Amino acid sequence: MCLMISVSAPVTGSGRGPTGWFRLTQVNVGFDHATHAPLDHALLLDFVNPELGIGARIAVELDLASGRTLVAQLQAAISAAEASEPAIASRE
Amino acid sequence: MWNSGHTDAYRGIVAAVTTYPAGKGDLIHAYLARPEGAGPFPGVLLIHHMPGWDEFYQEFARRLANHGYTVLCPDLYCRFGHGTPDDVAASVRAGGGVADDDVVADGGAALGWLRSLPTSNGRVGIIGSCSGGRHAVLTASRVPGFDAVVDLWGGGVVVAAGQLTKQRPVAPIEYTKDLEAPLLGLFGNEDHSPTPSDVDRHEQALKAHGKTYEFHRYDGAGHGFFYYDRPAYRPQASMDGWSKIFAFLNEHLRA
Repeated sequence: MCLMISVSAPVTGSGRGPTGWFRLTQVNVGFDHATHAPLDHALLLDFVNPELGIGARIAVELDLASGRTLVAQLQAAISAAEASEPAIASRE
Repeated sequence: MWNSGHTDAYRGIVAAVTTYPAGKGDLIHAYLARPEGAGPFPGVLLIHHMPGWDEFYQEFARRLANHGYTVLCPDLYCRFGHGTPDDVAASVRAGGGVADDDVVADGGAALGWLRSLPTSNGRVGIIGSCSGGRHAVLTASRVPGFDAVVDLWGGGVVVAAGQLTKQRPVAPIEYTKDLEAPLLGLFGNEDHSPTPSDVDRHEQALKAHGKTYEFHRYDGAGHGFFYYDRPAYRPQASMDGWSKIFAFLNEHLRA
Protein backbone atom coordinates (compact mmCIF):
# COMPACT_ATOMS: atom_id res chain seq x y z
CA MET A 1 0.00 0.00 0.00
CA CYS A 2 1.05 3.59 -0.33
CA LEU A 3 -1.13 5.30 2.22
CA MET A 4 1.05 8.31 3.04
CA ILE A 5 -0.08 8.11 6.67
CA SER A 6 2.28 10.36 8.58
CA VAL A 7 2.06 12.50 11.70
CA SER A 8 4.77 14.54 13.39
CA ALA A 9 5.47 16.13 16.77
CA PRO A 10 8.35 18.06 18.34
CA VAL A 11 10.48 16.17 20.86
CA THR A 12 13.37 16.94 23.16
CA GLY A 13 16.18 14.44 23.55
CA SER A 14 19.05 12.75 21.76
CA GLY A 15 19.54 9.73 19.59
CA ARG A 16 22.52 7.71 18.45
CA GLY A 17 23.05 7.13 14.76
CA PRO A 18 25.89 5.65 12.67
CA THR A 19 28.11 8.68 13.33
CA GLY A 20 27.32 9.09 17.01
CA TRP A 21 24.89 10.97 19.19
CA PHE A 22 22.91 13.94 17.97
CA ARG A 23 20.11 16.13 19.27
CA LEU A 24 16.56 15.10 18.32
CA THR A 25 13.92 17.74 17.61
CA GLN A 26 11.08 15.86 15.93
CA VAL A 27 9.43 12.46 15.73
CA ASN A 28 7.59 11.33 12.60
CA VAL A 29 5.22 8.38 12.88
CA GLY A 30 3.88 6.77 9.74
CA PHE A 31 2.31 3.58 8.48
CA ASP A 32 3.49 2.62 5.03
CA HIS A 33 6.06 0.59 3.08
CA ALA A 34 8.75 -1.04 5.18
CA THR A 35 12.33 -0.68 3.97
CA HIS A 36 13.96 -3.44 6.01
CA ALA A 37 11.46 -5.20 8.27
CA PRO A 38 10.02 -8.36 6.66
CA LEU A 39 6.61 -6.73 6.48
CA ASP A 40 4.66 -5.37 3.52
CA HIS A 41 3.87 -2.30 5.59
CA ALA A 42 4.88 -1.18 9.04
CA LEU A 43 4.70 1.48 11.67
CA LEU A 44 7.54 3.82 10.79
CA LEU A 45 9.09 5.74 13.67
CA ASP A 46 11.64 8.33 12.61
CA PHE A 47 13.41 10.40 15.26
CA VAL A 48 15.02 13.25 13.34
CA ASN A 49 16.72 16.61 13.44
CA PRO A 50 15.94 18.31 10.10
CA GLU A 51 18.47 21.06 10.78
CA LEU A 52 21.25 18.48 10.61
CA GLY A 53 20.18 17.10 7.24
CA ILE A 54 18.20 14.23 5.77
CA GLY A 55 20.53 11.61 7.22
CA ALA A 56 20.03 12.74 10.83
CA ARG A 57 17.42 10.05 11.43
CA ILE A 58 16.94 7.18 13.84
CA ALA A 59 14.59 4.85 11.99
CA VAL A 60 12.50 2.07 13.50
CA GLU A 61 10.04 -0.20 11.70
CA LEU A 62 7.54 -2.21 13.77
CA ASP A 63 4.47 -4.30 13.16
CA LEU A 64 1.24 -3.00 14.66
CA ALA A 65 1.31 -5.40 17.61
CA SER A 66 4.81 -4.23 18.51
CA GLY A 67 3.64 -0.65 18.21
CA ARG A 68 0.84 -1.27 20.69
CA THR A 69 3.30 -2.97 23.05
CA LEU A 70 5.67 -0.02 22.77
CA VAL A 71 2.90 2.47 23.54
CA ALA A 72 1.86 0.47 26.62
CA GLN A 73 5.43 0.16 27.88
CA LEU A 74 6.11 3.84 27.31
CA GLN A 75 2.98 4.71 29.24
CA ALA A 76 3.93 2.33 32.04
CA ALA A 77 7.41 3.84 32.31
CA ILE A 78 6.03 7.38 32.23
CA SER A 79 3.49 6.57 34.92
CA ALA A 80 6.17 5.00 37.10
CA ALA A 81 8.44 7.99 36.63
CA GLU A 82 5.68 10.41 37.54
CA ALA A 83 4.83 8.38 40.64
CA SER A 84 8.41 8.16 41.87
CA GLU A 85 9.47 11.68 41.00
CA PRO A 86 6.32 13.82 41.07
CA ALA A 87 8.33 17.02 41.48
CA ILE A 88 10.39 16.33 38.35
CA ALA A 89 7.36 15.19 36.37
CA SER A 90 5.42 18.34 37.21
CA ARG A 91 8.25 20.51 35.84
CA GLU A 92 8.35 18.71 32.45
CA MET B 1 8.45 -15.60 -22.59
CA TRP B 2 9.40 -11.97 -22.28
CA ASN B 3 12.77 -12.86 -20.71
CA SER B 4 13.73 -15.50 -23.23
CA GLY B 5 15.51 -13.64 -26.02
CA HIS B 6 17.61 -15.12 -28.78
CA THR B 7 21.22 -15.60 -27.77
CA ASP B 8 22.41 -14.24 -31.10
CA ALA B 9 20.26 -11.11 -30.83
CA TYR B 10 21.13 -9.61 -27.46
CA ARG B 11 21.81 -5.89 -27.66
CA GLY B 12 23.88 -3.57 -25.54
CA ILE B 13 22.57 -0.72 -23.45
CA VAL B 14 24.03 2.46 -22.03
CA ALA B 15 22.98 3.76 -18.61
CA ALA B 16 24.01 6.84 -16.68
CA VAL B 17 22.79 9.55 -14.33
CA THR B 18 22.07 12.81 -16.10
CA THR B 19 20.10 15.99 -15.54
CA TYR B 20 17.27 17.42 -17.59
CA PRO B 21 15.31 20.68 -17.46
CA ALA B 22 12.23 19.68 -15.47
CA GLY B 23 9.31 21.66 -14.11
CA LYS B 24 9.92 25.34 -13.26
CA GLY B 25 13.11 25.10 -15.33
CA ASP B 26 14.88 23.22 -12.54
CA LEU B 27 17.66 20.86 -13.53
CA ILE B 28 16.94 17.63 -11.70
CA HIS B 29 18.68 14.27 -11.69
CA ALA B 30 17.40 11.44 -13.83
CA TYR B 31 18.55 7.92 -14.59
CA LEU B 32 18.79 7.40 -18.33
CA ALA B 33 19.00 3.93 -19.83
CA ARG B 34 18.90 3.42 -23.57
CA PRO B 35 19.74 0.81 -26.19
CA GLU B 36 22.96 1.20 -28.10
CA GLY B 37 22.53 2.35 -31.66
CA ALA B 38 20.79 5.03 -33.69
CA GLY B 39 17.26 3.77 -33.25
CA PRO B 40 14.60 4.76 -33.76
CA PHE B 41 13.52 3.76 -30.25
CA PRO B 42 10.31 4.48 -28.33
CA GLY B 43 10.67 6.44 -25.10
CA VAL B 44 9.41 5.54 -21.64
CA LEU B 45 9.07 7.94 -18.74
CA LEU B 46 9.56 5.84 -15.61
CA ILE B 47 8.06 7.25 -12.39
CA HIS B 48 9.61 5.91 -9.20
CA HIS B 49 7.62 4.68 -6.23
CA MET B 50 7.08 6.28 -2.83
CA PRO B 51 10.21 4.61 -1.31
CA GLY B 52 12.22 6.80 -3.63
CA TRP B 53 14.69 6.91 -6.50
CA ASP B 54 16.34 3.64 -5.65
CA GLU B 55 18.17 0.60 -6.94
CA PHE B 56 14.97 -1.14 -7.99
CA TYR B 57 14.12 1.70 -10.34
CA GLN B 58 17.58 1.66 -11.90
CA GLU B 59 17.06 -2.04 -12.60
CA PHE B 60 13.55 -1.30 -13.89
CA ALA B 61 15.01 1.27 -16.33
CA ARG B 62 17.71 -1.11 -17.55
CA ARG B 63 15.18 -3.89 -18.07
CA LEU B 64 13.07 -1.69 -20.32
CA ALA B 65 16.16 -0.42 -22.16
CA ASN B 66 17.26 -3.99 -22.71
CA HIS B 67 13.99 -4.48 -24.56
CA GLY B 68 14.55 -1.52 -26.84
CA TYR B 69 13.19 1.51 -25.00
CA THR B 70 14.91 4.77 -24.14
CA VAL B 71 14.03 5.21 -20.48
CA LEU B 72 14.21 8.36 -18.38
CA CYS B 73 13.59 7.98 -14.65
CA PRO B 74 13.63 11.40 -12.92
CA ASP B 75 14.43 11.79 -9.22
CA LEU B 76 11.14 13.35 -8.16
CA TYR B 77 12.60 13.96 -4.71
CA CYS B 78 15.68 15.78 -6.06
CA ARG B 79 14.55 19.15 -4.73
CA PHE B 80 14.25 17.74 -1.18
CA GLY B 81 17.94 16.92 -0.88
CA HIS B 82 20.10 13.82 -1.09
CA GLY B 83 20.96 10.83 1.04
CA THR B 84 20.05 7.17 1.06
CA PRO B 85 16.70 6.60 -0.69
CA ASP B 86 14.99 5.60 2.57
CA ASP B 87 16.25 8.72 4.39
CA VAL B 88 15.12 10.95 1.54
CA ALA B 89 11.75 9.20 1.27
CA ALA B 90 11.24 9.52 5.03
CA SER B 91 11.84 13.25 4.83
CA VAL B 92 9.47 13.64 1.89
CA ARG B 93 6.80 11.54 3.60
CA ALA B 94 7.03 13.61 6.80
CA GLY B 95 6.44 16.73 4.72
CA GLY B 96 3.27 15.31 3.18
CA GLY B 97 4.81 13.95 -0.02
CA VAL B 98 5.85 15.48 -3.32
CA ALA B 99 3.26 17.86 -4.78
CA ASP B 100 1.16 16.56 -7.65
CA ASP B 101 1.67 19.77 -9.62
CA ASP B 102 5.46 19.35 -9.42
CA VAL B 103 5.29 15.74 -10.62
CA VAL B 104 3.03 16.70 -13.52
CA ALA B 105 5.37 19.55 -14.50
CA ASP B 106 8.45 17.30 -14.29
CA GLY B 107 6.64 14.63 -16.31
CA GLY B 108 5.51 17.01 -19.00
CA ALA B 109 9.05 18.31 -19.42
CA ALA B 110 10.37 14.75 -19.60
CA LEU B 111 7.86 13.89 -22.33
CA GLY B 112 9.20 16.69 -24.51
CA TRP B 113 12.80 15.78 -23.70
CA LEU B 114 12.33 12.14 -24.67
CA ARG B 115 10.52 13.02 -27.87
CA SER B 116 13.23 15.50 -28.86
CA LEU B 117 15.98 12.86 -28.87
CA PRO B 118 17.38 12.13 -32.31
CA THR B 119 16.93 8.43 -31.61
CA SER B 120 13.21 8.80 -30.79
CA ASN B 121 10.55 7.15 -32.89
CA GLY B 122 8.17 9.89 -31.75
CA ARG B 123 6.26 7.77 -29.24
CA VAL B 124 6.52 7.98 -25.46
CA GLY B 125 4.84 5.96 -22.74
CA ILE B 126 4.72 6.49 -18.99
CA ILE B 127 4.89 3.81 -16.31
CA GLY B 128 5.27 3.62 -12.55
CA SER B 129 4.48 1.53 -9.51
CA CYS B 130 2.90 2.40 -6.16
CA SER B 131 2.72 6.20 -5.91
CA GLY B 132 4.46 6.17 -9.30
CA GLY B 133 1.48 4.31 -10.78
CA ARG B 134 -0.80 7.00 -9.43
CA HIS B 135 1.54 9.69 -10.76
CA ALA B 136 1.62 7.99 -14.17
CA VAL B 137 -2.18 8.06 -14.42
CA LEU B 138 -2.30 11.64 -13.14
CA THR B 139 0.41 12.93 -15.47
CA ALA B 140 -0.96 11.18 -18.56
CA SER B 141 -4.39 12.63 -17.74
CA ARG B 142 -3.17 16.20 -17.30
CA VAL B 143 -0.44 16.32 -19.97
CA PRO B 144 -1.58 15.47 -23.51
CA GLY B 145 0.77 13.58 -25.78
CA PHE B 146 1.59 10.29 -24.08
CA ASP B 147 1.00 7.21 -26.22
CA ALA B 148 0.60 4.64 -23.44
CA VAL B 149 0.32 4.62 -19.66
CA VAL B 150 0.94 1.76 -17.24
CA ASP B 151 -0.31 1.85 -13.66
CA LEU B 152 1.24 -0.76 -11.37
CA TRP B 153 -0.91 -0.95 -8.23
CA GLY B 154 -1.08 2.81 -7.85
CA GLY B 155 -2.88 3.66 -4.62
CA GLY B 156 -4.75 6.93 -4.29
CA VAL B 157 -6.20 7.18 -7.81
CA VAL B 158 -9.50 6.92 -5.97
CA VAL B 159 -9.49 9.02 -2.81
CA ALA B 160 -12.04 9.00 -0.01
CA ALA B 161 -13.65 12.30 0.86
CA GLY B 162 -11.61 14.16 3.43
CA GLN B 163 -8.29 12.57 2.45
CA LEU B 164 -7.23 15.13 -0.13
CA THR B 165 -4.20 17.16 0.92
CA LYS B 166 -2.36 20.32 -0.09
CA GLN B 167 0.10 18.21 -2.08
CA ARG B 168 -2.64 15.98 -3.52
CA PRO B 169 -5.62 18.31 -3.91
CA VAL B 170 -7.51 16.39 -6.61
CA ALA B 171 -8.05 12.64 -6.98
CA PRO B 172 -6.62 11.46 -10.32
CA ILE B 173 -9.87 9.67 -11.14
CA GLU B 174 -11.43 13.12 -11.53
CA TYR B 175 -9.27 13.68 -14.62
CA THR B 176 -10.38 10.44 -16.33
CA LYS B 177 -12.24 12.27 -19.08
CA ASP B 178 -8.97 13.97 -20.12
CA LEU B 179 -6.93 10.75 -20.41
CA GLU B 180 -6.03 10.23 -24.06
CA ALA B 181 -3.52 7.38 -23.84
CA PRO B 182 -4.50 3.71 -23.56
CA LEU B 183 -4.06 2.45 -20.00
CA LEU B 184 -2.74 -0.85 -18.67
CA GLY B 185 -3.32 -1.53 -14.98
CA LEU B 186 -1.95 -4.41 -12.88
CA PHE B 187 -3.31 -4.95 -9.39
CA GLY B 188 -3.20 -7.45 -6.53
CA ASN B 189 -6.54 -8.55 -5.15
CA GLU B 190 -5.14 -8.52 -1.60
CA ASP B 191 -3.92 -4.93 -1.84
CA HIS B 192 -5.26 -2.38 0.64
CA SER B 193 -4.34 0.67 -1.44
CA PRO B 194 -5.75 0.39 -4.01
CA THR B 195 -8.42 -1.98 -2.77
CA PRO B 196 -10.28 -4.14 -5.30
CA SER B 197 -13.26 -1.79 -4.89
CA ASP B 198 -10.98 1.20 -5.69
CA VAL B 199 -9.95 -0.59 -8.88
CA ASP B 200 -13.62 -1.27 -9.63
CA ARG B 201 -14.42 2.42 -9.31
CA HIS B 202 -11.54 3.41 -11.55
CA GLU B 203 -12.64 0.86 -14.13
CA GLN B 204 -16.21 2.17 -14.01
CA ALA B 205 -14.96 5.70 -14.66
CA LEU B 206 -12.86 4.55 -17.61
CA LYS B 207 -15.85 2.72 -19.07
CA ALA B 208 -18.15 5.68 -18.52
CA HIS B 209 -15.79 7.93 -20.48
CA GLY B 210 -15.17 5.37 -23.23
CA LYS B 211 -11.45 5.06 -22.55
CA THR B 212 -9.15 2.35 -23.92
CA TYR B 213 -7.81 0.29 -21.03
CA GLU B 214 -7.04 -3.21 -19.81
CA PHE B 215 -6.90 -4.14 -16.14
CA HIS B 216 -5.46 -7.39 -14.82
CA ARG B 217 -5.97 -8.48 -11.24
CA TYR B 218 -4.01 -11.20 -9.49
CA ASP B 219 -5.33 -13.46 -6.75
CA GLY B 220 -2.91 -14.16 -3.94
CA ALA B 221 -1.02 -10.93 -4.60
CA GLY B 222 -1.01 -7.72 -2.60
CA HIS B 223 0.82 -4.44 -3.04
CA GLY B 224 4.18 -4.45 -4.79
CA PHE B 225 4.21 -8.02 -6.03
CA PHE B 226 7.17 -7.27 -8.39
CA TYR B 227 9.47 -6.37 -5.46
CA TYR B 228 11.74 -9.40 -5.21
CA ASP B 229 13.29 -8.18 -1.94
CA ARG B 230 10.01 -7.91 -0.07
CA PRO B 231 7.58 -10.50 1.36
CA ALA B 232 5.00 -9.21 -1.13
CA TYR B 233 6.90 -10.74 -4.04
CA ARG B 234 4.82 -13.15 -6.12
CA PRO B 235 7.01 -14.64 -8.85
CA GLN B 236 4.25 -16.03 -11.05
CA ALA B 237 2.15 -12.85 -10.95
CA SER B 238 5.30 -10.81 -11.51
CA MET B 239 6.36 -12.81 -14.56
CA ASP B 240 2.88 -12.58 -16.03
CA GLY B 241 2.75 -8.87 -15.26
CA TRP B 242 6.01 -8.20 -17.07
CA SER B 243 4.74 -10.09 -20.10
CA LYS B 244 1.65 -7.88 -20.15
CA ILE B 245 3.75 -4.72 -19.83
CA PHE B 246 5.99 -5.64 -22.75
CA ALA B 247 3.04 -6.67 -24.93
CA PHE B 248 1.23 -3.41 -24.15
CA LEU B 249 4.24 -1.18 -24.76
CA ASN B 250 5.06 -3.03 -27.97
CA GLU B 251 1.52 -2.57 -29.24
CA HIS B 252 1.26 1.14 -28.49
CA LEU B 253 4.80 2.47 -28.79
CA ARG B 254 6.09 0.62 -31.82
CA ALA B 255 3.11 0.81 -34.18
